[in-house]
Amino acid sequence: MPSVRFKMLERAPSQDTQQDGSVPRPVAFRGAGFVPGGGRASGWIALVLVIALWQFAGSAGWVNPLFLPAPSAIAVAMYKLAVSGALWQHVSASVVRIGSGWLIGTVAGVIVGFAIGLSTLARGVGITFISALFPIPKIALLPLLILWLGIGEEPKIATIALGVFFSTAISVYSGVDAVPRNLIRMAQSFNVPFHAIVRRVIWPGALPSILAGFRITASVALLLVVSAEMIGAQFGIGAFVLQAGNLMQTDQLLAGVVILSLFGLAVGKAINVLEARLLHWR
Amino acid sequence: MDLIADHISHRFGGLDVLDNVSFTVASGEVVAIVGPSGCGKSTLLSILGGLLRPSEGRAELRGSPPDNSLNPLTFVFQDFALLPWCTVEANVAFPLVHTALDAAARQAVVDDALRRTGLSDFRGAYPKQLSGGMRQRVGIARALAVRPAILLMDEPLSALDSQTRELLMEDFVRLLADGAMGAVYVTHNLEEAVRLADRVVVLSRRPGRVREVLSIPMTRAERGGIDARGKLLTLQNQLWSLIREEAIDAEREVQDA
Repeated sequence: MPSVRFKMLERAPSQDTQQDGSVPRPVAFRGAGFVPGGGRASGWIALVLVIALWQFAGSAGWVNPLFLPAPSAIAVAMYKLAVSGALWQHVSASVVRIGSGWLIGTVAGVIVGFAIGLSTLARGVGITFISALFPIPKIALLPLLILWLGIGEEPKIATIALGVFFSTAISVYSGVDAVPRNLIRMAQSFNVPFHAIVRRVIWPGALPSILAGFRITASVALLLVVSAEMIGAQFGIGAFVLQAGNLMQTDQLLAGVVILSLFGLAVGKAINVLEARLLHWR
Repeated sequence: MDLIADHISHRFGGLDVLDNVSFTVASGEVVAIVGPSGCGKSTLLSILGGLLRPSEGRAELRGSPPDNSLNPLTFVFQDFALLPWCTVEANVAFPLVHTALDAAARQAVVDDALRRTGLSDFRGAYPKQLSGGMRQRVGIARALAVRPAILLMDEPLSALDSQTRELLMEDFVRLLADGAMGAVYVTHNLEEAVRLADRVVVLSRRPGRVREVLSIPMTRAERGGIDARGKLLTLQNQLWSLIREEAIDAEREVQDA
């Protein structure tokens, strides 16, 4: 004779309907959504659709090309700029300024950020200065920098470097602060020397924050180079965009904007690659 | 090499945590430290291991460490303290990198530590790929790699499930069997304390004072037998009777806070 327990586990078809007449039904799934992440394809499809709509609106004459030229007109303008060599002239001028300014600001920011993160004295002094100077829009300092450094490339590069420096220093010392103290104590418990703790524990531990900072400083550098070039430069994407705007050459103006967007995308991609290589352990 | 807690007192700000704690861990001896929550067990271990300066008193070493010991006082941490960007092998090798060992000798030490902890097949894995028990094994392998005279273990099993705890406890018993290595074992688990320790130091509630020192009158090898279970349980109950009232008071204090 089967046990009561066994009987309870049996599921005869007749049991689908209980004695009280109710029919078993599946538990409703309620766990959908709220999952971060999205399809890459959907983003590109949306972009292509917007451009197609924009092109259609331009071709159909819905939009005045003086105010918003069609994407094809912008592409033609970019092609002409590339063929004439002007594109390279402007882009190279901007890239040199961004590259130099970003590099100087980053190196200085990393050094000062680590000093603040590792030294009580440097923290006391450094955070006071950074708190006071960080909120100043760096472009406001350009006239002063021109006064100090002349009207050449230096004030523009210095403006970018200043903008990059503060954000980098903050992200670096925040990253150093975020390194779990237990890892540092572990290293100390093995008598690992200070320099080795910095190199093998603090640097890799702070790297996620430092790379996140790079992403921000790349945008800051792009913003400042355009602003600085609009104020005082003959060549550069910022100068080119301003000039095109003054002459109502909106196709060329937007070509400059597209180049800036592509530049930003390229930098973002480079940082993604860097993160994938350096932070693969996450 | 003996480790001596010499009249150690400590306070954090206005909070007295330890009060005049003294005891000695003889060479090869395993001493467990138990007590109610917040009685300063982990603080005491940090002081003994030189990671925290006591307000009063001091931690002392008497005698020489074994010749081949690279770090006589070595911690095994509750939260494992593994470098997440390093593989198992690199984590175990981490404390050796700055030593005078050449690359071949270092590799031999790492291989031996990995073998003793059953991690040889996982040397290329990252900590995030391992279970809690495996991570703690890496922590133990890293500690063994520097050939310590005394292991300082801060609740090394408390973050693990009961089955893993049991397996790692067997590992500890095996590693400490020959008496070549002593240990200070901080735990709130009285069963672990009587299973592993030669002596159990019972601390009072905060500020922690040495309330009692209980010797376990049998070898660790004997404790695995069925006959020993009754005796160990009696010792465990004895410890619990010492701690129970204060543990309740400490719990109430936490709730009131």
